[in-house]
Amino acid sequence: MTPPPEDRIGLYRFMLITRDVEERLGILAKQGKLKGGLYRCLGQEAIGVGSAYAMGENDVFGPGIRELGAFFVRGYAPRLVIMQYMAKGGGPTAGRETNVHFGELHPDGRGLISPISMLGSMVSVCTGVALAQRYRGLDAVTVAHTGDGAMSTGQFYEGFNLACVQRLPLVVIGSNNGWAYGTPTNRQFRARDLAARAAGYGCPVMQVDGNDVEAVWAATREAREICLRGQGPVFVEALTMRMVGHAAHDDAKYVSREMLEAWRARDPLALQRQRLLDEGVATQADLAAMEDEVQAMVLAEAEAALAAPEPDPATVIGGVYHGEPSPLAVAGYPWTHGEAAPDGWFRQDAATVESRVRAPFDDTGLWNPEVVPYAPVRAAVEDER
Amino acid sequence: MSGLTYLEAVREALREELERDRRVFLIGEDLGAYGGAFKITQGFQERYGMHRVVDTPISELGIVGAAVGAALMGLRPVAEMQFMDFVSCAFDPLVNWAAKCRYRWGKGVPLVVRGPAGGGTTGGPFHGQNVESYFANVAGLKLVSAATARDAKGLLKAAIRDEDPVLFFEYKALYRRPDLREEMPPGDHVVPLGLADVKREGRDLTVVTWGTTLHPCLEAARRLERDGVSVEVVDLRTLVPWDRETVVTSARKTAKVLVAHEAPTLGGFGGEVAAAIQEEAFEWLDAPVRRLGAPSTPIPFAPSLEQAFLPDAARIEAALRDLHAY
Ligand SMILES: Cc1ncc(C[n+]2csc(CCOP(=O)(O)OP(=O)(O)O)c2C)c(N)n1
Ligand SMILES: [Mg+2]
Repeated sequence: MTPPPEDRIGLYRFMLITRDVEERLGILAKQGKLKGGLYRCLGQEAIGVGSAYAMGENDVFGPGIRELGAFFVRGYAPRLVIMQYMAKGGGPTAGRETNVHFGELHPDGRGLISPISMLGSMVSVCTGVALAQRYRGLDAVTVAHTGDGAMSTGQFYEGFNLACVQRLPLVVIGSNNGWAYGTPTNRQFRARDLAARAAGYGCPVMQVDGNDVEAVWAATREAREICLRGQGPVFVEALTMRMVGHAAHDDAKYVSREMLEAWRARDPLALQRQRLLDEGVATQADLAAMEDEVQAMVLAEAEAALAAPEPDPATVIGGVYHGEPSPLAVAGYPWTHGEAAPDGWFRQDAATVESRVRAPFDDTGLWNPEVVPYAPVRAAVEDER
Repeated sequence: MSGLTYLEAVREALREELERDRRVFLIGEDLGAYGGAFKITQGFQERYGMHRVVDTPISELGIVGAAVGAALMGLRPVAEMQFMDFVSCAFDPLVNWAAKCRYRWGKGVPLVVRGPAGGGTTGGPFHGQNVESYFANVAGLKLVSAATARDAKGLLKAAIRDEDPVLFFEYKALYRRPDLREEMPPGDHVVPLGLADVKREGRDLTVVTWGTTLHPCLEAARRLERDGVSVEVVDLRTLVPWDRETVVTSARKTAKVLVAHEAPTLGGFGGEVAAAIQEEAFEWLDAPVRRLGAPSTPIPFAPSLEQAFLPDAARIEAALRDLHAY
């Protein structure tokens, strides 16, 4: 499955925005303008961008720390991320939260879940989001991200197992970038890869080249469709490499030069750029113009972020419990839901939902694995590991 | 005997809320086919369906994590811990997700985690704990403790309707006690969160308590009354947010206060209550505020050991007499 031409360019554009924003954040960090750590997704841009781009408008996205690109695909302006990193009061959490810890869920069920630091927990929370999507009769899926390290947690296991037992419309994308902070995967698990581990849950499993944005896009599309047919969840392993340290302070000396060189040759932006040229989707001039335009846009976004106000210390309290004044509400975010469910909030009647929930258990009694064998690992990727 | 037991009151609250609001669903272990470890949800799955009474793998972390996600999407999950002791396995989604989402990004997490807590049934170290104070230090959670059948029903309904995450402590020692049967008030019986209840009025002494300990406190008060000592018994009912006004008013009236609870005294919520009383009623007091809780040990199994561990009517009576003589 290949995306339509404008989307192939769009995928490249969002990766470009992601990289430019991170470059800009790196400069701001050196100028001492950022607070806290800078967590980059250098070399992994294809995963956040490709998976978010493949989603339906009504789907819910559950990012990890390295899915920055998904925020742009889902419509957030770069200035919001920059303001978060600068701890600005004008930012999306009014200075209460760090880096990409922000999001929004609309009463109709669309949105992006603000992640927290505790690894693995996004998967169990997204299990509940997917449960609610089915419960409300929304024809939508949830896409949650995990890393190779995060997948070792109990929260991952308990959440994903529950999702599998319940056949929920949940796509989990596991970025296998070889390391969790300073720990290589062979000290994280004994199985060959994340796909092998995921197969044990009894759900369909896929494996893709995580540096190929169109492959990530296509796998997410397919996984999404499997989920919409009621055969989810689906686990997608994306093989990739983190090209910088865990955060700005980590020089990643534990990664060999040869390995970095091999992966640098497979940079996701360069790969997609070359493909657009080779296949005549865009010209050199088109892409150069786009690159200039994105760079100028990101610079303007950074200026806007710099000009944003600092948090007012008086806003330290409030908004912990319902009904308390909150700087988030003052900023005009419409995210409280009313007392009663409005008409049309449930899109299917209870009997229809119940029959969907019950079907796999009624049909087959206890056990209906429907395992889709996962694709063999791409040889090129395997050799480089 | 007429009226409902504590357990039947919990069941009625769940049933009425399931009937009232399609957003409400139950999730937990052995709830559906089996009817729940204490048979509270017997017959519910047949009636409301598998999607509203969700049986899960043994995975408290997964249950509460999923409840968080569903609540973020606007549903009203009521998650059962088979025993409240197991909530320790679900610590992270409660304290880092449920409690913090509203402050962090403006999204409320209206869920209830409920289940049987407390000792008195020789449950041993892992089926008899009172864990409320672990959570009292986490801004964003509400903590509710029901000591009577009426309160169990009314408070649980309020908890399910609340916009914030609520930990709801029930007491298995009270579930089937015949002497706690009560008629439920007619109609939609909801007890607002955050209000203490003076279960017995008195002039000379105050005992502030909650949960199972309410009952030995009432017994001690009856015994002291025979000697002409009048004890006011305040049932806190909600620990977070707690009703300082009712407690302080009682402290100013009687001038001598005991705080009694089942959890260990050290780090127990009684310390918070005692501290607030001395801050707000110091000039009215005729004695230091006393605390009576369990010793700092795990809760032991053998009946004789458990009895020695839990504050009972005799020990509460002795503490009150001591305070009276101060
Ligand atoms: C539960 C938990 N333990 C430890 C950490 C600290 N920590 C943050 S990121 C990280 C490594 C994560 O590795 P992985 O899941 O592979 O994701 P990657 O960083 O490679 O994208 C660690 C240990 C954390 N955030 N949460
Ligand atoms: Mg990793």
